[in-house]
Amino acid sequence: MMDLLLSFLILAGALFTFIGSLGLVRLRDFYTRLHGPTKASTLGVGSLLVASALYFSTRGEGVSLHEVLVTLFLFITAPVSAHLLSKAALHLKLHSLAPLPQGERSEPSGPNRSTVSQNSERDAQ
Amino acid sequence: MLRPPPHPLVALTLAAVWLLLSNSLAPGQIALGLLLGWAITLFAARFWPTTPRIHRPLLLLRFIGVVLADIVVANLAVARLIVVSPARLRPAFVQVPLALKSDLAISVLANTICLTPGTVSSRLAPDRAHLLVHALDAADPDGLVATIKRRYEAPLREIFEPC
Repeated sequence: MMDLLLSFLILAGALFTFIGSLGLVRLRDFYTRLHGPTKASTLGVGSLLVASALYFSTRGEGVSLHEVLVTLFLFITAPVSAHLLSKAALHLKLHSLAPLPQGERSEPSGPNRSTVSQNSERDAQ
Repeated sequence: MLRPPPHPLVALTLAAVWLLLSNSLAPGQIALGLLLGWAITLFAARFWPTTPRIHRPLLLLRFIGVVLADIVVANLAVARLIVVSPARLRPAFVQVPLALKSDLAISVLANTICLTPGTVSSRLAPDRAHLLVHALDAADPDGLVATIKRRYEAPLREIFEPC
């Protein structure tokens, strides 16, 4: 019974991590691609960690709580890095499928704006 | 000279993290954890000029539960979007007007928005009046803003800034 539950959790974690990376290929601009990794790192890694905690807690060596710490650090660092990546992308004015909001355009752009947007369009194809 | 730590809550959290790291509840480890929490908060006190206060601890627990449930639901939704129809996404930037004032509350809100997949907080306006959020699939941008404000900002406001 425990084996079934553990296998389910590990498979679900692997599946969600895979879908997260698949998003990097299938989505078409930088901002939407950013959603893939944030997703993989929450539910995918989350269920892997639950599986790990269950497995090591039921082996008779006491409760294993290191996974709580991993979750904590992950949930603190992942959003911050996503926020910074997205902020940097806005600053460089990368090609975006969604129209940029008003007021963002008037800020001074990066030194090589044209090359950056060409690159991102080439990447998108 | 022994002084009480300037941020008792942070000190206790650090002690708990130490106990989790060492994965034991031996008296020695508890003492070491408390000592570390006390020393670190004392040395780092100058980085935190204001002491964060949690006014509604029970509401905070409920908020964490809501966020965890939302993470699961939103993950399933975004996974479906990626697998089934990446070409039909309607990504959008939305401006969320902020009623929160304190640094801690705003950063918790931004982190929450990033954690729930489908939305990434992109930029905080310099005057802290707006938070720019990128949504992966926003059929109804105004509804999204209303949801964020009602579901995440309102409880955070009661927890950190009840006045």
